[in-house]
Amino acid sequence: MTVHAEAPTGLFELERRALAVRESILAIGAGPIGTHVGGSLSAADILVALYFDVLRIRPEEPRWDGRDHFILSKGHASAALYSTLAERGFFPREELDTYGTASGRLMAHPTLSVPGIEFATGSLGHGLSLGVGLALAAKRGLRDNRVFVVLGDGELQEGSNWEAAMSAAHLGVDNLVAIVDRNRLQISGSTEDRMGLEPLTDKWRAFGWNASVVDGHDFAELVPALRDAPGGGRPAVLIADTVKGRGVRHLEHRKQGHYAKLSPAAYERALAALRAAA
Amino acid sequence: MTSPTAASDREAYRATLLELARSDSRIWCLDSDTGGLEKTFQDELPHQYVDVGIAEANLMSVGAALASTGILPFVNTMAAFASARALEQVKVDIAYHALPVRIVGTHSGFSAAHLGPTHHAQQDIAAMRTLPNMTVLTPADAAETVRMVKAAAYLPGPVYLRIGRNATDPVYENETDFVIGRANELRAGRDVTIIAAGSYPCLFALEAANRLAEQGIDAAVLNMHTIKPLDMPALIKAAGTTKGIVTVEDHSVLGGLGGAVAEAVSVHRPTRVLRVGLADAFCAKPGTHREQLVAGGVSPEHVVSAARAIVHSG
Repeated sequence: MTVHAEAPTGLFELERRALAVRESILAIGAGPIGTHVGGSLSAADILVALYFDVLRIRPEEPRWDGRDHFILSKGHASAALYSTLAERGFFPREELDTYGTASGRLMAHPTLSVPGIEFATGSLGHGLSLGVGLALAAKRGLRDNRVFVVLGDGELQEGSNWEAAMSAAHLGVDNLVAIVDRNRLQISGSTEDRMGLEPLTDKWRAFGWNASVVDGHDFAELVPALRDAPGGGRPAVLIADTVKGRGVRHLEHRKQGHYAKLSPAAYERALAALRAAA
Repeated sequence: MTSPTAASDREAYRATLLELARSDSRIWCLDSDTGGLEKTFQDELPHQYVDVGIAEANLMSVGAALASTGILPFVNTMAAFASARALEQVKVDIAYHALPVRIVGTHSGFSAAHLGPTHHAQQDIAAMRTLPNMTVLTPADAAETVRMVKAAAYLPGPVYLRIGRNATDPVYENETDFVIGRANELRAGRDVTIIAAGSYPCLFALEAANRLAEQGIDAAVLNMHTIKPLDMPALIKAAGTTKGIVTVEDHSVLGGLGGAVAEAVSVHRPTRVLRVGLADAFCAKPGTHREQLVAGGVSPEHVVSAARAIVHSG
C-alpha cells in the first residue's frame, strides 16, 4: 500500500550512495570544526535508505505539500544529514565544505535555512513530539503525508520522548515512524552502563507502538522494513541495530569517535579504511 | 474585594477562542488537561481540539509542528509551566522557528495565590521576553482579553499571552481601541507616569493616581499590555514630559515590565524609573491574590510612595 515517488532503488546503488555519504562525513570531520563522526556514520545507511528509496520528496521543491516529512531528532548527526541531502540533490555537494563556517549556512546542528531541513534539531528529545504534530496534522487533514523521525539511542534517556511516545499511540498516528539508531554508545560510554535502555523493544510496545528490530546497515532488511512500517493503526518504531563509526574499522564501536576533528593524516587513514571495507 | 462587574480573563479568553475557531478551522485548541476546555471547546469542535495530557513539553512541540503545517494553535497551560518546565520547547521549537503558536499561560504572577510558589509565575515575562521572535502580551481585564486574543490570533510569529485566573474588576468602562505594541493611556498627567501591565497592576496604578491627585500630584497612567515589543514612542513621551516613571507589575521586580522599561529608557531617554514588582523571594504564606501581591511589594501604597519619591526628588 506504500506509494513510492520512484521505482525501488537497487541495493548496489544504495551502497554506492552510502559510501559517498560516508566520504562526505569524513571530509566534514576533517574540516575546521570537526563533527560528530561516530553517530553520523552509524546513521548513514538509515538516511540513505530513506532519502534514496522510502521518502516521497522533491529535492527541487523541498516544501512540496505532498512530501513525507523527515526529522533528524539526533541533530548531532548533521554531517550525515547534510551529506545525504547534498547527495540527493537538495543543494550542491561543494557546499559541504562550508560546514560550521561563517561563510556558509551549515550550522553544526541542522537549521531551517538549509533546503530539506524541516526542523532545527540538536537539543535532544524534541523530534518525536514534532513528528507527532506533523503526523496528526496530516491525519486530521486527510492527507497521506508520512513522518519519519530518526532518534539516537542515548537520546531516549530524555523524558520528553516518552511524553511523545505516549501521545502518538493515544492519538493513533500510524503515519509516524520512528527509527532508533541503536549504536549502543553515548559520549561517556555504553548506553547500558550510563543509563540502561533495555528492554527497549518492550518499552515501545508497552507505550502502544508496533516495534521491531532491524539491521541498520543491511539495506535488504532496512528498506522493506521502512517501506512497510507506516499504517496498521499504531505508530511504528524500528530499532535499527547499528555500529558507531560504521565503515571505518578503527572507529567502530568506539566512544572516542563520538566527536572528532580529524587531522589530515587521520582523515587519510579513515578514508583509506572506509574504501578498503567498501 | 471585587465588584459585581468583575470577570475572569481566562473565561473571556476561552469564549473568544471558541468564537474565533468556529469561523476559522485553522484555529485549534491544544490542551494539557487544564480542565474545562473539554467542555467549552472539545464538545463543539472536536476536530480542532487535542489534549496531550499532563505533558507540557510535548504540548509545545506538537503545537510547533502543527503550526508549521498552517494550523494556528492556541496551546493551553499555566504560565508557570509554559515559562519554566516547557521553556526549552518554547525556545527551540516555537521561537527559533518563528512559528505562529499562541502560548496561553493562565494563573500568571501570583494569581494562583493559594497554591504557592509551585504554581506562581513571577519569572515568566523575563523568560519569554528574552526569546527572539516572541511577542509578549498581558491584558488588564476580561474585556481587553477579548480584544487581545482577536488581535493576536493572526499575528505572524509566536505569541505569549499571560492571563490571570480569577475574576478581577474591569479597568476599562468602555470599548477601547487595542493595537499590539501600542500602550493605552488610562489617565493623562503632567508630573509622573505610572506604567502598569496586568489586571491588579492597572487597578493599583489607577487607585494610586487618584490618591496622588488628592496630594496635588498629577500622574499619567499607561496600560503597557504589550511588553514585547514595547511601545517606544509612549515611553519616550513619558520620559520626556513627566519627571519619571513608575512601573507596576504582578511579576518579579527583576526582568519584567520594569526591567524592560528601564532598559529602554536608559538608552533612548535616560530618566528615573522606579519599579514596583514582586520582591526577589518566594512567597512564604498562603493568601488571596491581592494579599500576596501586597506582601510581595505590589500595592497602591507602593505605587504612591514611588511616585512621590520621583516627584519630590527633582
